[in-house]
Amino acid sequence: MRGTVIPIALESEPPALASLYVSEAKIQPRAVSGWFATWRWLLVWSTQLLFYGLPWLSWNGRQAVLLDIAARRFYIFGMVLHPQDVIYLAGLLILAAFSLFLFTAVAGRLWCGYACPQTVYTEIFLWIEHRFEGDRQARIKLDAAPWSLAKLVRRGGKQVVWAAISLWTGLTFVAYFTPVFSVAAETRLALALGPWETFWILFYGFATYGNAGYMREQVCKYMCPYARFQSAMLDRDTLIISYDAERGEPRGSRRRGVDAASVGKGDCIDCTLCVQVCPTGIDIRKGLQYECIGCAACIDVCNGVMDKMQSPRGLIRYATQNGIARRWSRREMWRRVARPRVLVYSAVLVAIASTFVASLVLRAPFKADVVRDRGALARLVEGGAIENVYRVQLMNATERAQRFHIDVEGLDGAHLASWSDVVLAPTEARWVPLAVQLPPQAARAMGPGAHPMRFLISLGADRPARAGEQSDADVARREKSTFVVPR
Amino acid sequence: MSDFFSSGWSIFIAVATVASLLACLVLLALASKRKPMASDNSTGHVFDEDLVEMNNPLPLWWVWLFVLTVVFAFAYVYAFPGLGAHAGSLGWTSRGELDADQARASQAMAKVYAVYEQQPAEALSRDTNAMAIGQRLFINNCSTCHGSDARGSKGFPNLTDTDWLHGGSPEKIEETITLGRTGVMPSMAAAVGSARDVHDVANYVLSLSGDPHNPISAAAGRKKFVVCAACHGADGKGNQAIGAPNLADRTWLHGWGEDAIVDIVDHGKTNVMPAQRGRLTPAQIHLLASYVWSLSQVRQTASR
Repeated sequence: MRGTVIPIALESEPPALASLYVSEAKIQPRAVSGWFATWRWLLVWSTQLLFYGLPWLSWNGRQAVLLDIAARRFYIFGMVLHPQDVIYLAGLLILAAFSLFLFTAVAGRLWCGYACPQTVYTEIFLWIEHRFEGDRQARIKLDAAPWSLAKLVRRGGKQVVWAAISLWTGLTFVAYFTPVFSVAAETRLALALGPWETFWILFYGFATYGNAGYMREQVCKYMCPYARFQSAMLDRDTLIISYDAERGEPRGSRRRGVDAASVGKGDCIDCTLCVQVCPTGIDIRKGLQYECIGCAACIDVCNGVMDKMQSPRGLIRYATQNGIARRWSRREMWRRVARPRVLVYSAVLVAIASTFVASLVLRAPFKADVVRDRGALARLVEGGAIENVYRVQLMNATERAQRFHIDVEGLDGAHLASWSDVVLAPTEARWVPLAVQLPPQAARAMGPGAHPMRFLISLGADRPARAGEQSDADVARREKSTFVVPR
Repeated sequence: MSDFFSSGWSIFIAVATVASLLACLVLLALASKRKPMASDNSTGHVFDEDLVEMNNPLPLWWVWLFVLTVVFAFAYVYAFPGLGAHAGSLGWTSRGELDADQARASQAMAKVYAVYEQQPAEALSRDTNAMAIGQRLFINNCSTCHGSDARGSKGFPNLTDTDWLHGGSPEKIEETITLGRTGVMPSMAAAVGSARDVHDVANYVLSLSGDPHNPISAAAGRKKFVVCAACHGADGKGNQAIGAPNLADRTWLHGWGEDAIVDIVDHGKTNVMPAQRGRLTPAQIHLLASYVWSLSQVRQTASR
């Protein structure tokens, strides 16, 4: 087999041999500050205050946000959700998906660059690394240096803080499912954690530590599916991080204040700072690449350089491919943002978001579900009346006890044969068996078959509200069912 | 491995599994050979005129992760069943896991029931938590026949009234649930006499509860009722000791009217309540019996 290389290109130089597996070079991004870095830090602070802070809040004597999987009740401030409310989770995911579509269509991978936990935790871990080991150059030097006490102290300090943050993150994650930060001050941090809680704290902690400390850009490049499909959502009118090659090339060094054109060069002085700050280690000057997470670190650093060189900012900037190619101004580019797909995404997003909010606000304080009894279709009771049995599942969606009154309507003569008032404890769900009777004359008049009828389940009222009538509480549900008259 | 009619299949599966796992490693090793690349860092392959295959090498951590999964697979099929008939060094079976789960569940449940085990039905009927558990037990185990509301249907007794075939004390109900009951009404046509006589007896039985009947027929049937009285009593009020129903009330378990009575006298009836011992624990049966008992109590005290 050896030596039978078929020439595949007309290049004169012999083709180089390359391995299909490589050890990825460690990327040591340089710290950056500027307009977009500030935005990223803002998002780091706001998302993490929310994440670390929420489990500490209490509401009505319990944790404000608690997803109690064992009891299948999900508390979000004043709201109690039952597993039957999983539609809201679906709604939330649809909202998240359409937001991703919209943001990506307008300005590329905004999510990746500013808000994704992978970016956020990497930012935090990099900041810690910077405090202990210094900036890019110092870290590269430290990597190459032999082990010494100083290196051990720097590395060890970093590891301790990383591990502490990771464990705290794991603990916070678990706190959403098991009350860890107990409401009462004296029992606070009296951790009574079972084996599963311990496992999840360590697991989530390890994931944080490994992903933010070591995997970093590898997650975006090789693991994350969103990274890849967001690239497919860009079009030529999407604002992406672009290097203005026409303005920058031919690149080369020059003295400060010297007009680039006068020395036959472009504005790029080839300082390579844009490469040094890049968390994925790419050269943005090669154009749009799948590795680019849109963090805009190169924009921040290049603007600083342009300021020093007394050249206008924006050699690297948010620009559309059309905008760069046709030399559009910023305004001309922004005008193209409101293109049909952006408008459609926005309209769908607004529609779903308003439906979502409206449905949460108008949510009934209880749920009801009627199921016909599976045992008997119908039975004949004393006096020749026909009886059908139903199970009504009542779910109390509040944290106070509720009294329900149940009645039937829509079938002349039908009435409940068994008790009709039910009291449910806070957040309780219960099956209530009910029998509905139909007098013999009414049954005869209707004839055999399944006849539609409705259950009226009203809250608190002594007297049920009839159709079209307003009751005091006016909280009533009508559940459709059928009444079977046998042959 | 009763699924296999020949041990050859077991060997085939074991060999195929191990070979596939090894093939994964061989594939990785083969692909690790260096390949020539064009100067533009492409493999030189061009598809559909302009699709160029670039050289995007796999990161080494990914390769090691892959090796790790193969190592894990070997450890897994060693420890758990996976290689044909090999049972695995841990001796795990799905049946064993189910048994362990059930043992754990009944252990957890025993604690819940321990609170109620020593309490009499009267006390339990006032305990809303106990009654909620009782209702769930009833719906899961009894409602198929007796209905979710325990009011039964034709052939399946109503448990919410005060009419009991075998006695309605909590102890009797517990006994009924534990051991089950078999109610036998033999075919009495021959003993009663002619079809005319059966018709007369049926009318007499209807007259006992004051239901519409033919008085002349009933009067004639009165004499013939002697053969029924052996079980149902001279006054037709039944006998709970042998499960003979009261014929003088308005409960008609197997159907109301002359035709239904004639049919049952002619052909008899065997009705079975299956024993729940073995399906439910004594503690569960105690709670369930208390719940069933409470149903008729509620109806007595809180009836409209």
